[in-house]
Amino acid sequence: MSENQKKPLVEVRNLCKYFDINTGLFRTKPLKAVDGVSFNIHRGETLGLVGESGCGKTTVGRTILNLYKPTSGEILFDGAPVKTKQEIHEFRKKATMVFQDPYSSLNPRMTVADIIGEPLDVHKLYSSKQERQERILELMNYVGLNSEHAARYAHEFSGGQRQRIGIARSLAVNPDFIVCDEPVSALDVSIQAQVINMFDDLQEKLGLTYLFIAHDLLVVRHISDRIAVMYLGKMVELAEANEIYNHPLHPYSISLLSAVPVPDPKIARANQRVMLQGDIPSPLNAPSGCPFRTRCPYATEQCAAEVPEFKEVSAGHFVACHNLDKIG
Amino acid sequence: MALLEVKNLHTSFNIDAGIVNAVNGISFFLERGKVLGIVGESGSGKSVTAYSIMQILAPTATISPDSSIKLDGQELVGAGEKVMKTVRGNKVSIIFQDPMTSLNPTYTVGHQLEEAILLHTNRNKKQAKARALEMLKLVNVNEPEKRLKQYPHELSGGMRQRVMIAMALACEPDILIADEPTTALDVTIQAQILELMKSLQKEFNMAIIMITHDLGVVAQMCDEVIVMYAGSICEQGTADEIFYNPQHEYTKGLMNSIPTVDDEKRKLKPITGTPIDLLNMPKGCPFAPRCEAAMKICTRECPENVRVNEWHRTACWMYIKNALEKEGADHE
Repeated sequence: MSENQKKPLVEVRNLCKYFDINTGLFRTKPLKAVDGVSFNIHRGETLGLVGESGCGKTTVGRTILNLYKPTSGEILFDGAPVKTKQEIHEFRKKATMVFQDPYSSLNPRMTVADIIGEPLDVHKLYSSKQERQERILELMNYVGLNSEHAARYAHEFSGGQRQRIGIARSLAVNPDFIVCDEPVSALDVSIQAQVINMFDDLQEKLGLTYLFIAHDLLVVRHISDRIAVMYLGKMVELAEANEIYNHPLHPYSISLLSAVPVPDPKIARANQRVMLQGDIPSPLNAPSGCPFRTRCPYATEQCAAEVPEFKEVSAGHFVACHNLDKIG
Repeated sequence: MALLEVKNLHTSFNIDAGIVNAVNGISFFLERGKVLGIVGESGSGKSVTAYSIMQILAPTATISPDSSIKLDGQELVGAGEKVMKTVRGNKVSIIFQDPMTSLNPTYTVGHQLEEAILLHTNRNKKQAKARALEMLKLVNVNEPEKRLKQYPHELSGGMRQRVMIAMALACEPDILIADEPTTALDVTIQAQILELMKSLQKEFNMAIIMITHDLGVVAQMCDEVIVMYAGSICEQGTADEIFYNPQHEYTKGLMNSIPTVDDEKRKLKPITGTPIDLLNMPKGCPFAPRCEAAMKICTRECPENVRVNEWHRTACWMYIKNALEKEGADHE
């Protein structure tokens, strides 16, 4: 691990992604979906990214993969920047994505073999038809699909099997890094566990690195080595998975974790919730200073005036909050 | 007498591809002031059960005439639309998963709330308006006077669900059916809504039927639990019995396939196979094709729903076999 920590696979430095939103005729306003986010992902690790809808977690995933062009900031992959067209094309062989919705992310007019084979075609990763076919069958085998499924269309499969097809497609180019954007949230509980175990096994077998985006905190904890919490485009806390569950420091992480419904009646009855008042503000009118201050029980004038720095408070535990001494 | 008594409910859909038996002879009852959770995967028949009670099913659906749904002693199966109109909204209300599609986007929140009140009570327009405001205050909507004049799209998801709850409770029903009420919401908002439902349930002493696939929500909310699979009840009992003493292989599988709080990176134990095709139901126990403990009899015959103890019933051959063996051993 120590060697890995020296050289992260993905380095994100002060990443910003603003979308221009029309607010009237000829008038636009920037929506700060991601606003100054920095973190590293080490080789072979799973970084969980959690937060509520609209907090920018999906945008982070897509911007890292250059599906959105970053407004500012830097992304280094394996120590090198990804900027030019050539670099991006090469980068796409090493970093891929699994999407949330297994229904809309597969082309209904293509057979399973063609869906999985498309990345191979794009990057010309085979020398003969035979080789292409063999690779497709190998990929299907990885994700537990039968070879007889190759000629079928996506609509003939259940949600869990479709997600397997999507995963096989993301593995086709033999990537180092996969962004998993809510890959199990559309699936039934019993199927979720199958897919989560498959992510685990594939990581072990192929040495993959994951950015695992999800809102189910128990699932994220299960699969992640470290977890990052986002709120309104900013990262508020980042730490080892167990550390963040046992000792969350940011008031938002504390209430988020206490809001998780625990599948155990006795614990659920005893659980004292830290209830948050109100809703998440619109990212178009984000509060000044700390984004969480409008719902935070500890907020002071300083929180409105200054953006808290995202700093390391103990080894590997980063928090952005002015009032850590009060929360303790 | 139980507030709601469902006996041998069969609901089927006649579609082009054939007849789908969405609910296959289920029985349960619900006492006043209790929260009953119905859990199951998509297609297990949990929503159809709820819609059968309200009789708001699609036109292709039929509730078999030998089914019985008794509300406060009154038979609802075959009762006709006139009777159902006095039941819906007054005695039984429902809130749906997606608060955006279940509110009308072309009317203000106030208009929709007043409509529900005028339809079901004897209040005049002015009184209905006052009641609408009162209901919004009850569900902790901030700036309620302003909200009455707003349209659904101007509200956040959590706020819309509060409006739906206000509408459902406007006539103080005996039973509130909540069909995945928090699935579309974020966790912190979900916690707010669940807390609200719990406090209102106590205040009105109403019964809630909570339909969900989230075992966490069940553990937090429910007194009693029904576990459904492919239109049948696998197991039913108090929440503690179902969580700490599960007997059916499917329930055990569900409990093993979710990450727990004290997760020490143990491997999840998923249920193998894929969900059942309701058009090609197997003979025997519907869960048998995915069950690791399946025996020969499981594929031949449906197990009967038997008593485990005072608070707990299950329909599993494995349990029946173990119980018989134990009985045999006791006799010797």
